[in-house]
Amino acid sequence: MASWPLLSFTTFLPLVGVALILLFCRGTSPDVVRNVRYIALWTTLVTFVLTLFIWINFDPRNPGYQLVEKAPWIPDFGITYHMGVDGISVLFVVLSGFLMPMCVLASWESVQMRVKEYMIAFLALETLMIGMFCALDFVLFYMFFEGVLIPMFLIIGIWGGGRRVYAAFKFFLYTLLGSVLMLLAILAMYYVAGTTDIPTITATQFPRNMQLWLWLAFFASFAVKVPMWPVHTWLPDAHVEAPTAGSVILAGVLLKMGGYGFLRFNIPILPEATEYFTPLIYTLSVIAVIYTSLVALAQEDMKKLIAYSSVAHMGFVTIGMFALNQQGIEGSVFQMLSHGVVSGALFLCVGVVYDRLHTREIARYGGLVKNMPKYAVIFLFMTMASVGLPGTAGFVGEFLVLLGVFRDNTWVAALAATGMVLGAAYALWLYRRVVYGKLVKPDVKAMFDLNAREVAIFVPLVAVVLWMGVYPSSFLNVTSASVEHLIQTYQTKLAASHAASGVSVAAR
Amino acid sequence: MEVLVVFLPLLAFLIAGSIALFGGPKATPSAAGHGHGHDHGHDHHAHGHDDHAHHDDAHDDGHDDHHAVAPPPTSGDRAAQFVTSGAVLLSAFLSWLLFFDVAVGGHPRTIELATWIRSGGLDVSWALRVDQLTAVMLVVVNTVSACVHVYSVGYMAEDPQKPRFMGYLSLFTFAMLMLVTADNLVQMFFGWEGVGLASYLLINFWYEKPSANAAAIKAFLVNRVGDFGFALGIFAIFVLTGSVQFDAIFAKAPTITGVTFHFLSWDFNGLTIACLLLFMGAMGKSAQLGLHTWLPDAMEGPTPVSALIHAATMVTAGVFMLCRLSPVFEYAPSALEIVAVVGGLTAFVAATIGFTQFDIKRVIAYSTMSQLGYMFFAVGVSAYGAAMFHLFTHAFFKALLFLGAGSVIHALHHEQDMRKMGGVWRKIPFTYAVMWIGNLALAGLPFFAGFYSKDMILEAAYASGSPVGRFAFALGIAAALLTAFYSWRLLFMTFHGKPRMEKSVYDHAHESPITMLIPLGVLALGALFAGIGFHQWFIGHDRAEFWGKAILALHEHDSIEAAHHHLPGWVGIAPLVVGLIGIAAAYIAYIQIPSLPATFARLFKGLHQFLYNKWYFDELYDALFVRPAKALGYGLWKSGDGALIDGVGPDGVAAATRDIAGRASRLQSGYVYHYAFAMVIGVVLLIAWLSVFG
Repeated sequence: MASWPLLSFTTFLPLVGVALILLFCRGTSPDVVRNVRYIALWTTLVTFVLTLFIWINFDPRNPGYQLVEKAPWIPDFGITYHMGVDGISVLFVVLSGFLMPMCVLASWESVQMRVKEYMIAFLALETLMIGMFCALDFVLFYMFFEGVLIPMFLIIGIWGGGRRVYAAFKFFLYTLLGSVLMLLAILAMYYVAGTTDIPTITATQFPRNMQLWLWLAFFASFAVKVPMWPVHTWLPDAHVEAPTAGSVILAGVLLKMGGYGFLRFNIPILPEATEYFTPLIYTLSVIAVIYTSLVALAQEDMKKLIAYSSVAHMGFVTIGMFALNQQGIEGSVFQMLSHGVVSGALFLCVGVVYDRLHTREIARYGGLVKNMPKYAVIFLFMTMASVGLPGTAGFVGEFLVLLGVFRDNTWVAALAATGMVLGAAYALWLYRRVVYGKLVKPDVKAMFDLNAREVAIFVPLVAVVLWMGVYPSSFLNVTSASVEHLIQTYQTKLAASHAASGVSVAAR
Repeated sequence: MEVLVVFLPLLAFLIAGSIALFGGPKATPSAAGHGHGHDHGHDHHAHGHDDHAHHDDAHDDGHDDHHAVAPPPTSGDRAAQFVTSGAVLLSAFLSWLLFFDVAVGGHPRTIELATWIRSGGLDVSWALRVDQLTAVMLVVVNTVSACVHVYSVGYMAEDPQKPRFMGYLSLFTFAMLMLVTADNLVQMFFGWEGVGLASYLLINFWYEKPSANAAAIKAFLVNRVGDFGFALGIFAIFVLTGSVQFDAIFAKAPTITGVTFHFLSWDFNGLTIACLLLFMGAMGKSAQLGLHTWLPDAMEGPTPVSALIHAATMVTAGVFMLCRLSPVFEYAPSALEIVAVVGGLTAFVAATIGFTQFDIKRVIAYSTMSQLGYMFFAVGVSAYGAAMFHLFTHAFFKALLFLGAGSVIHALHHEQDMRKMGGVWRKIPFTYAVMWIGNLALAGLPFFAGFYSKDMILEAAYASGSPVGRFAFALGIAAALLTAFYSWRLLFMTFHGKPRMEKSVYDHAHESPITMLIPLGVLALGALFAGIGFHQWFIGHDRAEFWGKAILALHEHDSIEAAHHHLPGWVGIAPLVVGLIGIAAAYIAYIQIPSLPATFARLFKGLHQFLYNKWYFDELYDALFVRPAKALGYGLWKSGDGALIDGVGPDGVAAATRDIAGRASRLQSGYVYHYAFAMVIGVVLLIAWLSVFG
């Protein structure tokens, strides 16, 4: 364990950046705006380095929570400030740290209005995201989890596109319901366990009936976040209206909060309910994969298409984790990481052309390979990663998930695997219409290739996607012990409760 | 050495790719500007390259200078050509060394490179497995690839994007080498999808043509349908044997022959269902009946691509896969029967389509599909050696035919329609000669390459004695007749008779440059000697030592053995007889009585239309899958997401709320802030409440 509170330091460092901006950047002169951008960039870069320190200090063989910090907060009620990471959460912290500098860079020129507020919103968002993945106390978790929505609302609602208010409101309506139910569930758990400490609650056995209700309450919140079919319709609208960097964070990190929630709460705390509801998850996820892939085929808006593809990819994630075996869950975590990078990169790809032509309509493009060859290469690479070409990050997650679920249920595996075909269909169809064809439209002809800043954004993304695809062990090694531990917890608790119910039946 | 063989092409790809992207070393700045300024015009020219309907007006668009004067290759072009060709030539040379060491010398080996995916019981490595089967594939892939690289220097001389083309060829070669050196199913899948990507890029090389775009997507998607089966097959194998590594699978296979496996809602024999799923992958890649529709369309790519990918190497990956997995398939006899039936049908159906087509490349494409059918039914009757042998000889003569066709197309100003050819044999005698050699090898005339391999396949099919073997044999004989017919139809229509093209085209017809002729010569040598020189090793008496443990045919299945010993005499002669009949028929129909084909087409109009339209597979799939998928997607989007989910969900709730709140709520302008603050206040209240009441 580190001798100083690394997790808290990383979590709250972006707020230091906020303070710096507030203290030293007054006015709206170009110099000030430039300073704001540089402060934001440096803050996020240093935070990223710190998240790498967390990764380095993390011992992959230890399945438990590490770098733990614990301090009394509201002692009367057993609420503590409790932070820590395990193999499931640590890489999400790194992912958040990794994507944030890209977001700042991607907004360098495209955001000209209220730059100061924009950067503050993003820095606050980073604090909340990292905090959410580190929190080990329910109250703390809930604060971060819900808090994330605030800057995201602002980012969509202020710097968004034409229908930003509609999108933000839709986002809100969906998440509101889930949040309220989750809050109730947390309270209920508190009454049983007498604490809001997550590890303690994880060790608690809840009665079966209660488990079912609690599970549904958590499900309501996380399913919206993932998002699962049929509560996914906020996502395309939110993505379409959000600025590029907002989409990157939305797809890259915020969606993962749902998947992370399932892994952290539903499965280990409520194993009986998980077993009971697995068919529900499978059904909804398979529908998500097929349905949203088909819908993606019909899209005319680039961002909407990628948004729908996100729903399909997240369908793989939920399928994998409820397969409840090593390959399924590891694959699902890996899929979340790779989707975070790949879909983030795809939204950045859209952002590049959007910045030049200010439209997301696919039909307005065509023939870009001619005047933007570097862009075409990067976009193709990311498209292939999204399609799940072996050697890229997308393949490993998809493969492990499908293998995992094949062991559990071949129907689900076979139906989900149709996503391999449909996913290729919409992705290549998009790529063809934007990049291939004849370059005839005059305004498209005038578009120039990637500039140095854009190359600087994409090179690390490409490198990471290749790294994850060719040598995924660096990532799988980190998760495997904790995943094994998770499955063990799940099975032990399940066996115990089965035994208990068996005894009670016998006693009757 | 093994590492060099596989990774040299990757390195070449990276170098050529960077040259394509960043311009590479330019002789002078003005040269760079020159190349750039002409880009558009030359691409337009490339557009007309394969599109015969378009070639007439290629001159009229203001770029008429570039035909007379080919753009001088920049030093970047030269560097890319030199690096890629050099790397693959070196790779080919090393492959032959490996072939003699590993296959002839009998020293198979596996080189572990790194861990790839390790999760729970799943352990996948990056490794290079070089055994006899791989060694054969290495020489096939690298030899043909080297020929095609060199040929492309000449063939693509007028194209402005040479580095990109050469880079793609090398990328393909690398992926193919990863496929054949795989030591586990997952790495094979890596190569499998990698060649799919390269194929996609190369079919789409002239990206301004909508037909090329469509063909590329079709190729990728149809292959993905196959890969869907391949992936499920890998999972099934993993569940059955607990591994995806070949040796572990092979060791386990004999012990689980009776194991049933619950797939979807039914119980199957485990190995049978796993093999059938894997076979589905092979069907996609090797264009077997049902998943074949992409191959003819893939001819949109430049001709060297057709030769390398869509004739000699990539499309044979399915055959290689089944031979590689022979120690599994041998224990799944029902799966083998299906393989034999599908192979036989493919051989026959493709041949029937081939003899009605007029596009020279499409004729050869259907011929390829038909020959792949032969290889598959050879696998189906456990004649793995014969399948591999035909793969080996076919690679040479079919690449030769394609490159020869490319030479004709090049000579005739990018004309591909055989109805607009004819009478040019004096103008391009070398091409004419090698096309004869290629066709003689394809038709299986004695002492040419195809004679040894195709006859052995037909004999083995007959000798296997099983009903499916006889069925495949009958279809194979019928296909052999058609093969000979369409091959000579092609020769006669292309080279003989009266010239049917414009006079200017005929007058300008010229033999190809030396960089194109040398590869043709090398491949012609292959078409001449690959059969006679290698048959002892592949299918003759030395075959047991030659293949070692790389191929397993159970003694009772060993149809090659049976073909050597118990076979009625007529079976051995039949292929040759029908071949000669086919040639004679073509001679009568296209030289003696040239009006005959048209008469036949009129008399059997329905049948001719059916065959000419490729048995209406494309139309069927379009109606069954493509259009419904698009309509369904649109419908789900508008009525599912839009009307139903949003209508009942958020929009409905909002509407209801608006009704209740009425005009009192004028919050629209500040929605976001309000909700945000509501949330903050909620959290604060929660903590306050907890602090006070607990």
